[in-house]
Amino acid sequence: MDTQVSSQPQKVAKRKIRVATTSLSGCFGCHMSLLDIDERILQLIEVVEFDRSPITDIKHCGPCDIGLIEGSVCNSENVHVLREFRENCNVLIAFGACAVAGGLPAQRNHLDIGDALREVYCDRAGLGKQIPNDRELPLLLDKVHPINEVVRVDYFIPGCPPSGDTIWKFVTDLIAGHMPRLEHPLLKFD
Amino acid sequence: MTHLTMSLVEIATPILERHKRDHTRLLQILHDIQDELDYISPETMEYLAHELEIPITQVQSVVEFYSFFHSKPHGKFRILFSDNITDRMLGNKDLFDHMLNRLHLTPDTVSEDGLVSVGMTSCTGMCDQGPALLINNMPITHLTPRRIDEICDLVKSGLPVNHWPSHYFKVDNNIRRADELLATAYNMGDAIKAAVAKGAQSMLDEMKRSNLRGRGGAGFTTGVKWELCRNAPSDERFIVCNADEGEPGTFKDRVLLQSFAGHVFEGMTIAGFTTGAKQGFVYLRAEYKYLVKSLQIFLDNMRAAGFLGKNILGIEGFDFDIDIHLGAGAYVCGEETALIESLEGKAGRPRIRPPFPVTCGYKNKPTVVNNVETLCKVTEIARRGGAWYEGRGTRQSTGTKLLSVSGDCARPGIYEFPFGVRISDVLEECGAKDVIAVQISGAAGVCLAPHEFHHRIAFEDVPTAGSFMIFGKDRDMFDVALNFAEFFAHESCGFCSPCRIGTSLVKDMMEKIAAGRGTKYEINEIQRLRDQMKNFAHCGLGQTAGNAICDCITKFRPAFDKHLSSRDFLPAFDLELSLARSREVTHRDDADAHLGAK
Amino acid sequence: MSEIANTFTLDGQIVHFTPGQTILEAALEAGLYIPHLCFNPELKPHGSCKLCTVIVNGRSGSACTIKAMPGQEVQSSTPELDGRRRLQLQMIFVEGNHFCPGCEKSGNCKLQAVAYDLEMLNPHFPHFFPERPIDASHPDVMIDFNRCILCEQCVQTSRDVDGKNIFALAGRGMKSHLIINSPSGKLGDTDFALTDKAAHVCPVGAILEKRVGYAKPIGERIYDEKTIREQVAADAEGGL
Repeated sequence: MDTQVSSQPQKVAKRKIRVATTSLSGCFGCHMSLLDIDERILQLIEVVEFDRSPITDIKHCGPCDIGLIEGSVCNSENVHVLREFRENCNVLIAFGACAVAGGLPAQRNHLDIGDALREVYCDRAGLGKQIPNDRELPLLLDKVHPINEVVRVDYFIPGCPPSGDTIWKFVTDLIAGHMPRLEHPLLKFD
Repeated sequence: MTHLTMSLVEIATPILERHKRDHTRLLQILHDIQDELDYISPETMEYLAHELEIPITQVQSVVEFYSFFHSKPHGKFRILFSDNITDRMLGNKDLFDHMLNRLHLTPDTVSEDGLVSVGMTSCTGMCDQGPALLINNMPITHLTPRRIDEICDLVKSGLPVNHWPSHYFKVDNNIRRADELLATAYNMGDAIKAAVAKGAQSMLDEMKRSNLRGRGGAGFTTGVKWELCRNAPSDERFIVCNADEGEPGTFKDRVLLQSFAGHVFEGMTIAGFTTGAKQGFVYLRAEYKYLVKSLQIFLDNMRAAGFLGKNILGIEGFDFDIDIHLGAGAYVCGEETALIESLEGKAGRPRIRPPFPVTCGYKNKPTVVNNVETLCKVTEIARRGGAWYEGRGTRQSTGTKLLSVSGDCARPGIYEFPFGVRISDVLEECGAKDVIAVQISGAAGVCLAPHEFHHRIAFEDVPTAGSFMIFGKDRDMFDVALNFAEFFAHESCGFCSPCRIGTSLVKDMMEKIAAGRGTKYEINEIQRLRDQMKNFAHCGLGQTAGNAICDCITKFRPAFDKHLSSRDFLPAFDLELSLARSREVTHRDDADAHLGAK
Repeated sequence: MSEIANTFTLDGQIVHFTPGQTILEAALEAGLYIPHLCFNPELKPHGSCKLCTVIVNGRSGSACTIKAMPGQEVQSSTPELDGRRRLQLQMIFVEGNHFCPGCEKSGNCKLQAVAYDLEMLNPHFPHFFPERPIDASHPDVMIDFNRCILCEQCVQTSRDVDGKNIFALAGRGMKSHLIINSPSGKLGDTDFALTDKAAHVCPVGAILEKRVGYAKPIGERIYDEKTIREQVAADAEGGL
């Protein structure tokens, strides 16, 4: 990419790569880790611009080159957001243990969701006897799923969270047009 | 053990005594106990473990492994519908639903009064006279709605099955074409006498000369197998007749055991004579339990006539006897090392090979495991010699072969042909018209399309253990593949991870396609998993588990296409369904409470 | 002379073996890594995980069960075999509930380490998410069946080394599961002890000693420091 830029000096400003990010059912830890690339974010900003992302506060995703999804699919809103990303992003990346494999949210999968809601909203003192049913609230899926069980996913960055270095290596490889590769010690599931 | 009910001890003690408290007879003990007590409770398991001096885990492991053992009550009448593709083609599902309605039951659930339960089971070997079911291990064939009604009435009357009119349990042989094996009159002892007259070494030479190859499918040369066993140093050897005829669509061994048992037993005795084994076992699949009584009577007659037991034919030291050992509903036990594990009273998980059973088999002693049909053929060689035998069939596949023909044809049943017969000739002989496919050698075999019907049944062309299922022009080959996928997921023993997980993944993907949520993605994945199992699985079951399904994909792709979505990817699970529980507990049904199936 | 004869090649490299050794044993002794999970050098080969599948003179088989023979040509680290191993790992991952971030064994887990070695980035297949309640009945050891990969190392060790027969496999196909030898089926009702060797052989996080899970922090564990390949080489070095 660098070579491409240098071969056409200052003629046309190279279009920046448009990136969207979001967190479905996650803890935003992966986004925090993204910030762990520290000052390298300045290099990144040279070639990248952000569409929908917690960083920009843009609410809906437009056409993008890359979408980074943190978190697993736990409720109907997650499904809608994920579909929006899949429709708009050329390349979709599952980013972190929850998006890749279900992660901690999926540890509720052995519970019956009705029992869980009842225990939280009905069986506790002082909380009333009603499971919230406002139509504004997204409904919970009976099981939590990694995102590749809902849409086609192009790349996976495991880790809880993936380290800043891992994310940096992966994203810069991708932007440079290389097949991203993670090896020890960048490849971690925890 | 003070908390045990007296009845358990009273019932179990004579059974344990009958089996000499031998833990290798665990399956037989469990069969007998279950016949009395209806199921094997945790309390029973604990008691048996104590009495047999084995860990409870061994009893539990066996009970959980075999489909025909139950750790929970399963009703005074346990009804299992055969669920082979040929049963499905004959409408078993409608009959199943009809029975459930009549008895007000859901599948695999015992009626409230503890009287009856109804479920499905893998092929019961009655494909030429299906749809079929087993009631307390007794087969009833040719099911019709009326027959189901009669069965329901009998069940409700509570009359024990052994008092039901015997015509219900009539099983036909349907021999349509007889050759050397099926057409020759049997005279007890002739084959044994002929073998003894030759002498052991000479009998072995005749076997090798005949080039008889195993009829279970793998086609190993029987004479070589015997020789390896005979030459393996040991104080004890065993002959095992593999009568675990579980390959969907095959039933020839059932016919042989029902009407040609003498051939089987004499073949075993000759194997004993030739190899020096003194003990034989018939490992009989539980689906054929109804044959045990007649087989026992036959064995008694042979003993009385001096063809079994000590000093056979008055020859000092020629001792051989045969014991019948029942399986308990596990297809994998057709694999010889899994069968041996089962024979030793354990779960039927295939062993690591080598060592092979011929040197290290039952109780780690040299053991010959031969198919029922193979043993019958031995009597031909004993009587008429290896050179004569070699004259029939083809060079590499000598003699005749029994085919179990079922599916869309005018005359399903048993056909004995010399090896080398063309598939098209079999189809003509059985009156099959407008055939779109033939599945040869069962779910583990190959699926052939019409342009391949010129091929021959032979080890060097299309090998088969005998199953020959015919599909006519109105059949959906996707349904066939789906049935096989379900079969393998149910029958995988669970030992090795490629087969254990692979068969379940394939089944789930096939069911996803069947539900209209499949895409080309799943088609590719199924083929990838097939390759994985073929290359990585531990035994033949896993290695072949994806073959027929992928044959169908390759040769009958339009049957799959019509189920596939035009989308390139659909969620792994049903999104709309995954909100159902939340909708239920929140009582919501607004537009936002739905995601649509896609 | 005979010493020279007792060699085979593994991906072109000459490996010496002692007659009776399997290909995997000889390779590990030489510090050469062939991915594996169910194999334990102190136990009889199990041959169930199939990760050690290699091509020996053109035929595929498990390196843990095939005896080493003079002159064998063994292929292991081929793109095709490594691809199949990765696929096999993915199948194993979706079968159970392997949530590495919440597992005490993370960093010391062989399943995870092999997945790192083979650069497995995700489990790929739809998860089965089975329901497998844990057994915390024993005072010193807990069993989290969610992570069991059915390798039977605990079964073999308890039976053949400890002489106790605490564990067994039951069920069939995907219903296969580990069971405990007590009337209640609970570990707490057996004579299992922390000093049993079987308490320490689990390659994954299914059998865990209680109260020490995080004595060593995540990030400083065996496979955080070294890859499993490096570990095998180091072990062979140490063994010399």
